[in-house]
Amino acid sequence: MTPECSIPQAVIAPELAWVGLAMLLPLLSACACALCAALRVKGKAPAIITIIALASSFLIIVKAYLASTGPVEVPIFQWITFAWGEGSFQSFTADCAMYIDSLTLFWMLFVTGLGTLITVYASEYMEGDCGHGYARFFFGISVFLFSMSALVLADNLVMLYLGWEGVGLASYLLIGYNYDRPSAVSAAKKAFIMNRIGDLGLALGIFMLWSNYGTLQYSELFAAMNQGGQSSVDWDLSVIPFLLMLGAFGKSAQLPLFTWLPDAMEGPTPVSALIHAATMVTAGVYLIARLYPFFELHPEALATVAWVGGSTALIAATIGMAQYDIKRVFAYSTISQLGYMFLGLGVGTTFGACYHTLTHAFFKALLFLTAGAVMHGFAGQLDLRKLSGLRHIPGWRIVSWTMFVGCVWLSAFPYTAAFFSKDAILLQALTSERADFRFLGWMGLFTAALTAYYTFRVWFRVCAGPVHFEPGSEGQHDEHDEPTHAPASKASHGAFQPHAPRWAIKGVLLILAVGALAVGLPAYNHVFAHETNWAQQMIAGSSAYQGAGLAANSHDPHLEHDAHQPTVLGMDAHTGLTVVGSSAAIGGILVAWFFHLRSRSAADQLRRALLSRWWIRWLPICMENKWYVDEIYHACFQLPLWISGQILNFGDRHFLDGVLVDGLAKIPMGLARVFRPLYGGALQGYAVTMAGGITLVLAWVTWIWLRGFN
Amino acid sequence: MNDALASGFTIASNAQLSVALMISALLFTIGLVGFLCRRNMIIMFLCTELMFQGAALAMVAFARMHMDVSGQVFVIFILTVAAAEAALALALVVLLYRRRETLSAEVWSQLGES
Repeated sequence: MTPECSIPQAVIAPELAWVGLAMLLPLLSACACALCAALRVKGKAPAIITIIALASSFLIIVKAYLASTGPVEVPIFQWITFAWGEGSFQSFTADCAMYIDSLTLFWMLFVTGLGTLITVYASEYMEGDCGHGYARFFFGISVFLFSMSALVLADNLVMLYLGWEGVGLASYLLIGYNYDRPSAVSAAKKAFIMNRIGDLGLALGIFMLWSNYGTLQYSELFAAMNQGGQSSVDWDLSVIPFLLMLGAFGKSAQLPLFTWLPDAMEGPTPVSALIHAATMVTAGVYLIARLYPFFELHPEALATVAWVGGSTALIAATIGMAQYDIKRVFAYSTISQLGYMFLGLGVGTTFGACYHTLTHAFFKALLFLTAGAVMHGFAGQLDLRKLSGLRHIPGWRIVSWTMFVGCVWLSAFPYTAAFFSKDAILLQALTSERADFRFLGWMGLFTAALTAYYTFRVWFRVCAGPVHFEPGSEGQHDEHDEPTHAPASKASHGAFQPHAPRWAIKGVLLILAVGALAVGLPAYNHVFAHETNWAQQMIAGSSAYQGAGLAANSHDPHLEHDAHQPTVLGMDAHTGLTVVGSSAAIGGILVAWFFHLRSRSAADQLRRALLSRWWIRWLPICMENKWYVDEIYHACFQLPLWISGQILNFGDRHFLDGVLVDGLAKIPMGLARVFRPLYGGALQGYAVTMAGGITLVLAWVTWIWLRGFN
Repeated sequence: MNDALASGFTIASNAQLSVALMISALLFTIGLVGFLCRRNMIIMFLCTELMFQGAALAMVAFARMHMDVSGQVFVIFILTVAAAEAALALALVVLLYRRRETLSAEVWSQLGES
């Protein structure tokens, strides 16, 4: 099982060390933000510093992209090096170095680019917190960007792990940004703990990789993989991808560990857009794409990835259909789209997965930012039943129409970028030789229809229809307590004035909408001008693609699928999928239009009708209650732990503490009670004790003495 | 036997010694009982002096018995210490009296456990 593998050998290029600035600048801006917090800076200085740092690191990455020729390794400094012998398994090296290939650049381009845009947005969004949490917020963003860059640029798995934990920390800090709100605190804890479960898998996977290959550097790992592992324990090798997968599923909110992501929406919206939609949650996809060769060696691991991805996509979409909170709908759609990416990885198209990551990053960031603008303007109102007709309100047109763009993209409307990226994944699944992958492909198509429905459910409810809105309760959303706007809205009690976004928010929304259009260009070029897709080229030059080539040795998914003439519904696969995919998306949109714009009462009637029939009433109930996953986890893990905790607490309190500790302490206390009368405080009392004691001692000595003489 | 015998001193008889020791024990007992029974601090102090002298008398008696002057030297030291101590103790008594306007030892019992 050592297939031909031709991952391009990385060239060592110390002259590219300036790319490391992309990592260093966010770190410096984090320090500067911390300084601002310490000096209690009142203005927007932290935001400006962060924007400048992130924009510079984006430019650096662009420059690196323009200068890149192939995989390079850039040593920066020696980080961890120690050896306890001369042999191959007797030294451990983890340098601070960068492995820059096209996959790295692909990821860094959208991470730093979106990071910059979302920071610009946040500079206006968070302005109500100037002087309070403003510096803390941008500190979190900077730490996140630093960690994410370290994760992506890393040259070895130890540095990747550093970044992996760093993004987890930043995510924790930013979800719990409103630390005086209990729900935010518990959401932060939940995210952190669920990520720890995944990270345990990742850490074990890294240990296993080291014990099998004796190195953690990508280039050496790929080379070692060609020769097979050196420790010849089969079990070890086959468990590696499963352990790595667990880490990826935790970070990317996949099936067993997805419940933290919807709760993570407690964080400020720019955080949801940047960390919990566009960048951090794609780290799992990056990890699997980067180490794709290992997954390649174990087809059953890839099948697991595909199944988990496909079922997560479906389940999250069904939950998303029944939520009323806009941000939660988008959160479940994020989980669902991440499921598509894992499905793509699993069925063997890293190109589809990575391209979908890119398109998803743009339209999902856009959607979250529009949701944030709505929340910002309507005092925290996010219930889609209480907002309507936003596009008719002056000042909200840009928000409505950029949201429309995001929704069209998310629903994979024909000939949008997301349509092509989703198409690449589903095509690979549907033309697979494995029946279960073909089933997953059909499941993905069904999910695509659901996606279109729930996406446009939001848009038709919030942006279309008659103008009607109820402001949210500002008290619950402290981030909206803006001193500048609060008097205006409070002065006119009955007539709440939504406060329309200003240039920073609108500008970023427009740029993102244009960006979402632009990420479709490579696909248009591919389809209409028959040029090679840019994303495909980027993936092809990296370890991810080479691995994908192994999967389909006989059957190259990207270039030669026409040669095999796989068919979908009797048509050529491409045409067939275009037809089916488009009808799924348009069908979903039409259903949403009917139920949520044309006759909104029909939706309630449908719900009542479903609830009144015993054989189907479980469906809406389960969907509205998120399939009771939280409750199941609560019953399976939290409750037993709570009960055992209570038992142990009881034992500790009453046995260890009560009997052992307090019981021992009672012995000297009892003794003291016997002797206490001797110390009455009267001088003669002490004298009597003393004289009596001496008498007793003398009597004893005399007795011994006399007996000794007998 | 030793130089003392040679120089013509007679060794005290056992009877003479026991008389001296009984007086010493009597002095000590009077002191002890007085110390335990009286509440007046000056009397209590005098009783400790009595106990001192009882011990000193025993030493002189044993010194005479063994014909060894070190016992007597000890007694000189004891007398010196007792004189110094008397000065200190009386000063203390004066200070204590100033605080409570009484010489009774019963008023000084704050160190008691119960």
